Amino acid sequence: MRISLRIALAASAAMLAIGAAQAQELTLKIGTEGAYPPFNNLTPDGKLEGFDIDIANALCEEMKAKCEFVTQDWDGIIPALQAGKYDAIIASMSITDERKKQVDFTQKYYNTPPAIAVPKDSDVKDVSPESLAGKTLGVQGSTTHSNFAEAKYGESDIKMYPTADEYKLDLANGRTDAAMDDVIVLSEWLDTPDGACCKLLGTIAPDEAIHGPGAGIAIRKGEDELREKFNAAINAIRANGKYKEINDKYFDFDAYGGES
Amino acid sequence: MSALSDAAAVERPPAPPRTWSRERTIGVVLLALWAALGLGLLLFLINAWDPDIFSRYAPYYLSGLVVTVTLVGLSIVIGAVLSIPIAYARMSSNRLLSAFAYGYVYFFRGTPLIAQTFLIYYGLGQFREELQAVGLWTFFRDAWYCAVTAFSLNTAAYQAEILRGAIESVPKGQWEGAASLGLSKLQTLRKVILPQALIVALRPYGNEIVLMIKGSAIVAIITVYDLMGETRRAYSRTFDFQTYIWAAIIYLAIVETLRHIVDWIERGLTRHLKR
Repeated sequence: MRISLRIALAASAAMLAIGAAQAQELTLKIGTEGAYPPFNNLTPDGKLEGFDIDIANALCEEMKAKCEFVTQDWDGIIPALQAGKYDAIIASMSITDERKKQVDFTQKYYNTPPAIAVPKDSDVKDVSPESLAGKTLGVQGSTTHSNFAEAKYGESDIKMYPTADEYKLDLANGRTDAAMDDVIVLSEWLDTPDGACCKLLGTIAPDEAIHGPGAGIAIRKGEDELREKFNAAINAIRANGKYKEINDKYFDFDAYGGES
Repeated sequence: MSALSDAAAVERPPAPPRTWSRERTIGVVLLALWAALGLGLLLFLINAWDPDIFSRYAPYYLSGLVVTVTLVGLSIVIGAVLSIPIAYARMSSNRLLSAFAYGYVYFFRGTPLIAQTFLIYYGLGQFREELQAVGLWTFFRDAWYCAVTAFSLNTAAYQAEILRGAIESVPKGQWEGAASLGLSKLQTLRKVILPQALIVALRPYGNEIVLMIKGSAIVAIITVYDLMGETRRAYSRTFDFQTYIWAAIIYLAIVETLRHIVDWIERGLTRHLKR
């Protein structure tokens, strides 16, 4: 509520500046997961925060749209978009061919490599499938990371968790030997007291066929106008420094990855 | 005998003509609606039939089914064993014992199974050092054992109440009668009370197993991939709703099979009541 109010205020201020006559009110509902720090997570008092949320707000401001966030479990995030519960998913969703059969994607808005974390006293040498053979590997289910793990780490015992929170718990208490996820998600957790048990083993070169070109915004099929608006807004915040401002708040490198 | 057949031969008044009363119309319309829904579902499944998806995910479904059936079967048996002392304690005249059993049943029936499973798996995981010190960590480290523990403890509470209710439904006079014939308490329970109590308990037991089958669908949160977990995995790969329809059909088939087994057992138990 508070966030949408702020956006509404920002949007109306912007409208006044350029002349309210030509502005038409665009109202968008944005779906996100709310359990994937530092990209999108709920604060203890129930507010959404994170890189995805800030980017979403910046894009909405750029599009002069009034945006409202809806949190939704990861497993049902695409069906809920199709059912019209919201108009776009901004939740670090990797652009993949499987998902493209169901929804349309904008261009990427960031792309970071996957990585593996292990307990500090671990004897695993590197991130190769051979080093992890026979080890228990925790991942979040229904993600590109779980698909990658199943495809490439067949020799490991792969355990799939409903959200990132649970594989972190199990890595910390020693039920699993390693966890695979986005490098940023893992590093962020390792910096917190909860992640003190563990260390980053290393990053893995992403497999384009599985991981896709990066994270994009998902919208319902055929809504080309909305997609183009999002694309234009992504390019605009890349150009006007807003993206860099948000990026620097979270990371000490450019999360966008190479120009594609 | 002849009087009886005479009575049967008496001419009955003609049946009243069947009219399209409001009730009958509503009934037929509702039935037609259900039939159309069923037909629509069947058509959808035929249309959506994809041999590729089937060959890829059928083995997953099968392994999920095995997990579900084993988990529920094991938990029901362990729960049944645990329920005997709990039901005994519940009926005990010892206040402390019965209060303890009451508290146990109260907790496990009053909280969701998903919370109990989560607490036993992730909650106990926080006490790794302590559990290691007493040698229990190897047990609780394993998601499967945690699932069986949570499910057994849960169903034990329900089964204890079923058992207690059934035993208490047998009139007190039966105990007194057996005592006057010189039967011991245990003999009375085994030969007189339980055969009558089991008739009462059978249906609730059947219900409990059905509820466990359906309740077990939450176990994937602790990484045990049962039928529901495999369904979600298949759905997340295909985004095809038929994955869920197949899961529903399989669950329905299990429950229907169970229902027939319970019917069959009931026919056996109530032979002496049939005329």
